[in-house]
Amino acid sequence: MADISIGGAPQSVGGVQSSYMAQVQRRRLYGGLTLLIFVILMVSGFNIADDRNAGGFWEGLHQIGDYPADVLSEAWEKRADLPGLIAKYFPALVETINIAAVSTLIGVAGGIVLSLLGTRGLAKWPRLIPLFRRISDIMRAVPEIVIALVLIFVLGGGPVPAMIAIAIHTAGALGKMFSEVAENADLKPVEGLESTGATWTQRMLLGVLPQVAPNYISYSLLRFEINIRASAILGFVGAGGIGYELRNAMAWGPGRFDEAAAIFILLFGTIVFFDQVSSRYRNRLTEGQGQ
Amino acid sequence: MTMTDLSLTKQDADKLFQRKRLIGFGIPAVIFAYLFYIFFAFDIAGLAGRANLDNAVTLASDSWSHKVHVTRDNRSGEISYAVEGERKGRYPEGQRPDWVSGDEVITINLGSGYTVRYLPENRTEIEVPGFPLIKVEAKGRSLTSNLPEDVPEWISASNRRIGITTPEGRITLTGARTEVFNYFPGWELFWFTLDSPYHGQSLGTILFGTRLDPDRGNIEGAVSDWWNNKMWRHKDVAWAIGETILMAFLGTMGAAILALPLAFLAAKRFSPLMLLRAGTRRVFDFVRGVDALIWTVVLARAFGPGPLTGTLAILITDTGTFGKIFSEALENVDQKQIEGVSSTGAKPLQRYRFGVIPQVVPVLLAQILYFLESNTRSATIIGAITGGGIGLMLTQAIQTQKDWEEVAYYIVLIVVMVMFMDWFSGWLRGKLIGRKD
Repeated sequence: MADISIGGAPQSVGGVQSSYMAQVQRRRLYGGLTLLIFVILMVSGFNIADDRNAGGFWEGLHQIGDYPADVLSEAWEKRADLPGLIAKYFPALVETINIAAVSTLIGVAGGIVLSLLGTRGLAKWPRLIPLFRRISDIMRAVPEIVIALVLIFVLGGGPVPAMIAIAIHTAGALGKMFSEVAENADLKPVEGLESTGATWTQRMLLGVLPQVAPNYISYSLLRFEINIRASAILGFVGAGGIGYELRNAMAWGPGRFDEAAAIFILLFGTIVFFDQVSSRYRNRLTEGQGQ
Repeated sequence: MTMTDLSLTKQDADKLFQRKRLIGFGIPAVIFAYLFYIFFAFDIAGLAGRANLDNAVTLASDSWSHKVHVTRDNRSGEISYAVEGERKGRYPEGQRPDWVSGDEVITINLGSGYTVRYLPENRTEIEVPGFPLIKVEAKGRSLTSNLPEDVPEWISASNRRIGITTPEGRITLTGARTEVFNYFPGWELFWFTLDSPYHGQSLGTILFGTRLDPDRGNIEGAVSDWWNNKMWRHKDVAWAIGETILMAFLGTMGAAILALPLAFLAAKRFSPLMLLRAGTRRVFDFVRGVDALIWTVVLARAFGPGPLTGTLAILITDTGTFGKIFSEALENVDQKQIEGVSSTGAKPLQRYRFGVIPQVVPVLLAQILYFLESNTRSATIIGAITGGGIGLMLTQAIQTQKDWEEVAYYIVLIVVMVMFMDWFSGWLRGKLIGRKD
């Protein structure tokens, strides 16, 4: 301590150590406090959620297995029917996948446009960059279910409301991710094209898109995976496809559990299948880039 | 020699170009063919027939306006005034809108010369500019009117029901009741219902004016009346949004806490047992593959509807996702730091704490915060299925198909909520691990 007061002289080891220990202690205190707040938040939040739930956590815990067990045992009894039921619900599954695929295609197109218009250095109208960014923010923020429910009221049930709802959300979400990729694109090809008198569309198509294509495709595949889940869920609220069939099968209750089981199997198989395919393909895309 | 070489190269180049051309035209062609198939599979052509444009018009106009009903019960002769025709929006006894006048003859002035008069003995007179005076009398269950045989398209008339739509409002007459709907812009009674003493008072009066309700202070009373507003249910809405955010928060954080130790089991570097590793990974794949929808359905059977079910559905699904992401992050850690820590004589647990965790925390935090935002949206959707949070309120409001201003209000709130969570998670990420850009 005395050394410090003298000024120019080097600090003693003890001084460094004590100040370091004080620092460590302060950090530990802050860390502990944060942890404490976090634990309190988690515990009280859990209690609130438990209070506001129809059934309590501890009473329900041992019942978790009941429903799957009922479904599985009934499905096992009627296992001879399962292939037939799977074939019966296959068209509904195709509809769900179609909703996901079309909305991904439309969303990718929208996302590309939004991202190119909202990226510094590439935008056609640089002054409007904030506008396009806000548009993609809002499109991203609206949950699919909101648009889907409103459109179901106007357009009637079926795949189209779900498709539009997912496409809007996809365009917003991809607009942001694409724009992050496009920011890192090399501008030299764009300048080269500009010197030959290429229009903005040509510059983007020939100068930017080939650079960013692997990343764009990778993100789009990830989005397709997410959209399959989303379109199944939207079906549950009335937008057609396998989710709709699942709700109907559930509404019948015991006696038709074999149908619910068939739908569970289809949905599970589809999600795992597309998950594996897309993750394998995405790995190849990103690895190819690294080489 | 050189000639053959050149022609060979040219051939190769030609082939390459041909392939590129094939791909260049092939992929758009495939996409186009697929969209063509979808056009028929989704029956886009029949969409126009199924679409209900009236619904669209109702939705568009009702979401930013409200209507006040003036209803005469033709049996008792009683006349009631109510916002949106709801009991909760009814005018208190002895009060009525200022565009209604008269005692024996009730005159309803819709504006721009459109007037409706409720006469005694269930007679009604409707004045429409540029059209002869319409007189209708209700007797029992049927109506007699002076309307001509062929009426203009804004009138629909039969001897049971007459509907008149004017730019200033709508009138429907049946044997049982006569109703006038007068439209006004804005969300009526958003702040206070009609029975509150603060209804119709300006902000200045409430804040600084004399006491409006002798029993309580102005600000306290106004806040409580607004909070307990029966039409807009601000208290319930606030709770619902809280529930939705709670579902997202608990689900995400719970999943992260569960997934972190499991991720060590699934990472090649930390889990020497091949069987255990593969087993954990299959668990992750299974949990993720079952998907939040099925988890919600299964859990709702055990726990009943409510936020806890939604929380657990998010928690279980995301444990799989986090487990996968975390174990990938753990496999990419730098060995040097761990070696450095172990060279000081650290035990395995300390090696993990000081050698591994600091390396992966930024990646983990970034993922957790990203999921927090995305789960806010999921919680809205799951809430609609399992019955909790703002998602449920929105579905209910849409299913009643009349409170479109409430639907609009909820949609605005949901969008604001998601954007807030987006901003918040970005801000937190900046605070915790530094900004990326």
